[in-house]
Amino acid sequence: MSGGTALRHRLAERGLDRQLLLLVPGLACVLALFIYPFAYGIGLSFQPASGGVLGAYRAFFTDAYQRDTIATTLGLSLPAAILNVAASVPIAYRMRGRFRGKRLLTTILVVPITLGTVLTAEGLLNYLGPTGWFNRALLGLGVIDEPVRLTNNYWGVFFSLVITGFPFAFLLILSYLSGIDPTLERAAATLGAGRWQRFSRITLPLLAPGLATTFCLTFVLAFSVFPSAVLVGDPAGSTRVVSIAAYHAAYEAYDYPLGSAIAVIMGVVELIVVAVVLGLRSLFYTGSTGGKG
Amino acid sequence: MKRLTVGAWLVWGAVAFFLINLAGLIGAVVVNSVGQRWFDTWLPQGWTTHWYAGAWEEFGLFQVLVVTLEVALLVVAISVLVGVPASYVLARRSFPGRRVVYLLFLLPILMPPITYGIPLATVLYKYGFAGHLAGVVLANLVPSIPFVILTMTPFIEQIDQSVERAARMCGARTWQIFTRILAPLLVPGILAASILVLVRTVGMFELTFLTAGPDSQTLVVALYYSMSAAGIRAQQSVDAMAVLYTSSMLVLLVIALRFVNPTQLVARVKDDPD
Repeated sequence: MSGGTALRHRLAERGLDRQLLLLVPGLACVLALFIYPFAYGIGLSFQPASGGVLGAYRAFFTDAYQRDTIATTLGLSLPAAILNVAASVPIAYRMRGRFRGKRLLTTILVVPITLGTVLTAEGLLNYLGPTGWFNRALLGLGVIDEPVRLTNNYWGVFFSLVITGFPFAFLLILSYLSGIDPTLERAAATLGAGRWQRFSRITLPLLAPGLATTFCLTFVLAFSVFPSAVLVGDPAGSTRVVSIAAYHAAYEAYDYPLGSAIAVIMGVVELIVVAVVLGLRSLFYTGSTGGKG
Repeated sequence: MKRLTVGAWLVWGAVAFFLINLAGLIGAVVVNSVGQRWFDTWLPQGWTTHWYAGAWEEFGLFQVLVVTLEVALLVVAISVLVGVPASYVLARRSFPGRRVVYLLFLLPILMPPITYGIPLATVLYKYGFAGHLAGVVLANLVPSIPFVILTMTPFIEQIDQSVERAARMCGARTWQIFTRILAPLLVPGILAASILVLVRTVGMFELTFLTAGPDSQTLVVALYYSMSAAGIRAQQSVDAMAVLYTSSMLVLLVIALRFVNPTQLVARVKDDPD
């Protein structure tokens, strides 16, 4: 018995004791529902019906129609994520501090989160369609001669990514910006720093980690675009994104190895982008933010 | 605000442009959902509410709403029960492998749902969970548990550890500390995390889409099917359903904003005194 107690003491000194058992349910869920299926999917992707171990990957990369889905997805998700983050910064910067109607404005800017893909898609089709209000107003003002085509192509999906992604990016950026101590900027102002200098030399570097995190999360949202690419896009052509390819392979062609392989490729591409962004961030600035970055 | 600079005009102008178009977009759907025939005119030719009654009947919306509610409540309850103890350990303790555990909990949030949804659905089908409520709940737990952990950790870090030490000195065991000391102090955090998980689960498309069977669809998935199978159904009844979905999400969000200050999601600093 004494040996057991001694061992328990030694483990406790290194920070291991029974309290860590509280982690077990959470870890069990992540292992059973995330790691195991992922490993299973990777295993499955190496067992295609034909073509040997790498057959599914070869099938994906040798078929231009499949391979190009990666470029299509990046072509949609990178600009959308950049625009969402870039637009959030100046708006959030002006919304720090207190002013009348701040809560209302925040709520209005956040409302698009509740729209859901289908209402956004229906709205884009109705509003931006050839006989929709947008084209009707432009025609009425004499800006254009014939309706602009903004749905069932790249732009429809892009707008839907901006509408659903912007509120999310804005909330995060606003939250990071409010975490930066405003006295720092006031100190700079007393030393004679102008508006732009205060922003670029103080706020922006402190915001960099938050920007990187927000970009990554917004990018993940945009990268997995699936329903809107089908509903407002051109799912067989210009907006055939990689998640459509994965879904088709797994659930319409019932080729689970190919579906899993595409899912793995998708994950790898996404993680490469995230790693590049986080790497750039650490080149740019390595300190900590005012809050928990 | 004293004098608006050029930059301020540009920013507020862009915000106004975005909001006008957004209002147009939402308005187009709402008008369409209560309109009769609407072709090449500014407004429909007449008004009606029969699309709403029709949508309720045609899609069996009652059943869909019951499923949505069941899934969302189960996911919230399980992820809070599992997530809060784990976030307690992560907030309070340092132990070997802590960073690995943290990364494990972070990964499901960093990956797009489709990438793990496809293999997860395959595994769930293999064990007979998919196609039923259980499969939908299990799949939705994957991003929800990490989400609870990440939102709860800062809340727990804020609670003064000396309160717990004092309780321990008085002989309280871990379980008692949890139920008598931490749980009451954590109620705001738990509410915030629950509502956010609720909103996320009700809106989660991919995971539910991949694992749901005909009688375990939530509202988002039912909506998607009704729209992608267009041609069979009137666009107006899809719009009516979408309006119902958005209004219920809006109610949830407004409740959420009463409990969570959106500017304090990741960092906590006192409000600027001016």
